[in-house]
Order: sequence, then structure tokens, then C-alpha cells
Amino acid sequence: MTLIQASGVSVHYGGRRVLFDIDFSITKGEIVTIVGPNGSGKTTLLRALLGVVPPRRGTVARARGLRVGYVPQRLHIDPGLPLPVRRFLSLPTRRSATEIAAVLARVGVPDVAGQNMTTLSGGQFQRVLLARALLMEPDILMLDEPTAGLDQPGVASFYRLIDDMRHETGCAVLSVSHDLHVVMSASDRVVCINGHICCEGTPSVVRAAPEYRALFGMGTGGALALFQHQHDHEHDHQKDDTPHAG
Amino acid sequence: MLDDFMMRALLAGLAVALATGPLGCFVVWRRMAYFGDATSHAAILGVALALGFQISIFVGTLIVALLMAMIVSVMAGRGWAMDTTLGVLAHSALAFGLVAVSFLPAVRVDLTAYLFGDILAVSRMDLAIILSGSALVLGMILWRWSALLTATLNEDLAHASGLSPARERMVLTLSLAVVVAVALKIVGALLIAAMLIVPAAAARNVARTPEVMAMFAVVIGGLSVWGGLQLSLWQDTPSGPSIVVVAALIFALFTFAAALVQKRPGR
Repeated sequence: MTLIQASGVSVHYGGRRVLFDIDFSITKGEIVTIVGPNGSGKTTLLRALLGVVPPRRGTVARARGLRVGYVPQRLHIDPGLPLPVRRFLSLPTRRSATEIAAVLARVGVPDVAGQNMTTLSGGQFQRVLLARALLMEPDILMLDEPTAGLDQPGVASFYRLIDDMRHETGCAVLSVSHDLHVVMSASDRVVCINGHICCEGTPSVVRAAPEYRALFGMGTGGALALFQHQHDHEHDHQKDDTPHAG
Repeated sequence: MLDDFMMRALLAGLAVALATGPLGCFVVWRRMAYFGDATSHAAILGVALALGFQISIFVGTLIVALLMAMIVSVMAGRGWAMDTTLGVLAHSALAFGLVAVSFLPAVRVDLTAYLFGDILAVSRMDLAIILSGSALVLGMILWRWSALLTATLNEDLAHASGLSPARERMVLTLSLAVVVAVALKIVGALLIAAMLIVPAAAARNVARTPEVMAMFAVVIGGLSVWGGLQLSLWQDTPSGPSIVVVAALIFALFTFAAALVQKRPGR
């Protein structure tokens, strides 16, 4: 079953063409990652699929009654707004204390319900955002660079959590990323964009594609090796992973 | 009871505080301070038009404030450089209004009441309009509370939750225009924005949730109205500035107290 389908979509921002000729769809339970360099229109594509920005040309169709759990790239909270975590999780729909306790425990931050959002660490903040998305009982999780600002063990454990969630709930996961190599291994499909869709396929197909190489060059190759090296040390991650160690 | 001008003044002021409390919180959270300025300064232009065409002052200010609020809202949606644009709009609205009033023939218009408020001169009719306007704004904000708060936090998040951020913006725009029209008599065009921001900013020091902050803002606004009214009555000071002076003193007190409390435990 197709959850979201975009056909021939072009998006303009202030007279500039950001996206063009996008054909894209995602089905139930699929994990899709959108990758692309800075300014390639990744976030815009996500927002177009979400329905926030209307396409100049083409159509975006969402399944009737589609429930989206959205995790934005950044969430700036004005210091003038006092917002405890439990209140944030109740926006816009009221949630019971039990529901809130359960979802916070599930994402690994059981003790933050009474804390103000602005006092959370980066990792805690992302997990609370994810918790809110999960409370929507989503058919699809949409994550816009959800691990920006996290260190590598943090990134790894966050994606592990997403993977668990997907297995538990069967929801589709559409994420936007430039930290390719963590996401790629878990993705059914990778879509590489730069204004338009350059190439798509399984992670290994995209990694080998000349279009992908052209965009990310050899510099990423080095980073990839470095990251994989660190990834071998699982014991380090486990230690840093304990959610409220700090 | 309503024959007593003091009672009418107090009721009208408290009604305005009920609306400006929660609306002021959104003005603070969304950083719309200049938005409030532009809209309320436009009220003077509304006064000029109302006097010129001999229509109700409330209707005149409501129309002009609404127009200004819409213009600003549309421009905000298009991503204009808001700080500068709003500054230009706020001050030119005031200037145009003042010049327009000077063109009015015959009647010597005493602008003081419109610029600084004249709470002691609230008539029964004024009171009725102020009460209904405030009730309308309070009702709208309570009704949309959760949606407004979500849209204030992040528009994309609101959209993903099935809300329309544009609709919530419109609710605030309308509320602001109505508040400007009804608060003109109480605090005057120059200080309506202060009545929105100062109580909310004071409340921020003592509140731990958005709801508590809005309630405190109402209470602080109410106290300011009461205190300002006393000052205005006994010292014959203009009502708007008197109310804002009291609000500012409460703000200073709360900020100072909050700083003390934060310092004490354990650090």
C-alpha cells in the first residue's frame, strides 16, 4: 500500500527552483533514506511530501487518514516559553501520565517528564522529539536529519532505536540524512537527490552509482572508512548509550 | 453599580487584562512585539478616519488595525526582513494617523485620550463593547489553545499533526486587531503593545508551564489595571502610562525575586 506518492513534483522558493521532476513513493513498512549534499533540497522534499509547501508543478498524494510522526531538523524553543517535556508531548492532543511515562521509557529517557525542554541535552531532546512522533501512532515516521549535533555513538544508538521502533510498530521510516553510512545499512532504498533524483536503489547500488560518486566524491570514502572503524568498537557505544548516565 | 465611573473603569480594565494576558503570551513566544506595535499604532489612523467619517471609534480602529495586522501577517508569511519592515510600518502608521487627525476640520480633537488612554471616561456603551470584545478574544484563544501552542512551537510540526498553521496565525491576527480596538480607551494606542508584553514577561519568571504563564499574565495585568486606576484617580495621571508603570514595577519585582531564588539553592 502506497502511503505517499509524488508525481512530477517541482518546488520553487522565492523564484528559485529547488526541486524538479521528482517522482517518489513510499509504501507501508518501507525504510527509505534521502541523501544529498547541502542545499540539494532534501528538507524541501520532506516538507513537500508532508504537504507544508505546495508544489509548483506535479502532485503529492497522501493515503487517506495518514498519520505522520514528524521529527523536525531543529526545534527552536523560545526561552520565553516555559515548556516541560510532559506538556510538549501533549501537543496538540492531551496524553495521560501513563502514556507519557511509557513512551519516555521506550525511547530511553524515563526521567525527563518534569524537565523543561530547554534543559535537555542534544541526545535527550532528539529522543523526546521521537517520543512525540511515536505518540501519534504513525503510519510513517518522517525524520529530518534527526541526529544533527549528536556524537557518533549517539547517532548509532538513535538509529538503533528507530530500527527497533520500526520492528515493533511496522511503520514506514522516511529519513533525510547526510550521515549516510549509518542509515544506509538499515535502508531498503536510498534516494540520492540534488534538485532532482540522481539515483536510487539499495544502499550498495547507490554507493556504487557514478552519480552518487560525483556528488559526494572521494572525500566521503575516507570518512566512511573512519566511521566503520569506530563502529567496530561496540563496547564503547554501549557505555555511552546508557541514556541518563550524565 | 455601573453608574459609578470607577466601577466601569475597573471592569473595563479587568476585561482587557483577561484578553491581553493570554494573547500577550503568544506575542512573547512568537516574538511579535513589533507586530503589536504596528497594529496598535495604526489605531490612531483609525481614530482619524472614524472622526472624519463620523463612525464609531471602535469600528474605525478595528478596521484599520485589522488591515494593518493582515498586511504584517502576509509579509511575515513571505519572509520579509521583519524587524526593519515592522519598524517602518509601526512608526509610519503612527505618523500618518497623527497627520490625518490634524486635517480634521472644526472640532479640536484632543488626542491625549487616544494616545494615552482615558480609563476614567469609560461609558456604559464603551463597557459593553469592551466586555464583548475581550470575551471574543479570550474565547477564541481558549478554543484554539492547544493548536495555537503547537503552531507557535513549530509550524511544520503543527502541519504534520493535521493542524493549519495559517489558520492559527489568522486567529492571532484577528485577536490582536480586536484587542487594539477595545484597549484603545484603556491604555491608549502608544502603550497597547506594552500591556501585551509586560505582564506576560513578568509572568515568565514565575511560571513553569504555558498555561500557568497565561494565568499569571492575566493576574498581573489585572493588578496593573487596578494600581494604574488608583494612580490615575488620585494623582490625575494619564491612565495608560499609569497602568504600564505598575506593570513594569511588577515585572522588575518578579525578575529580581526570580534571580534571588535561582541563586540560593546549592550553587
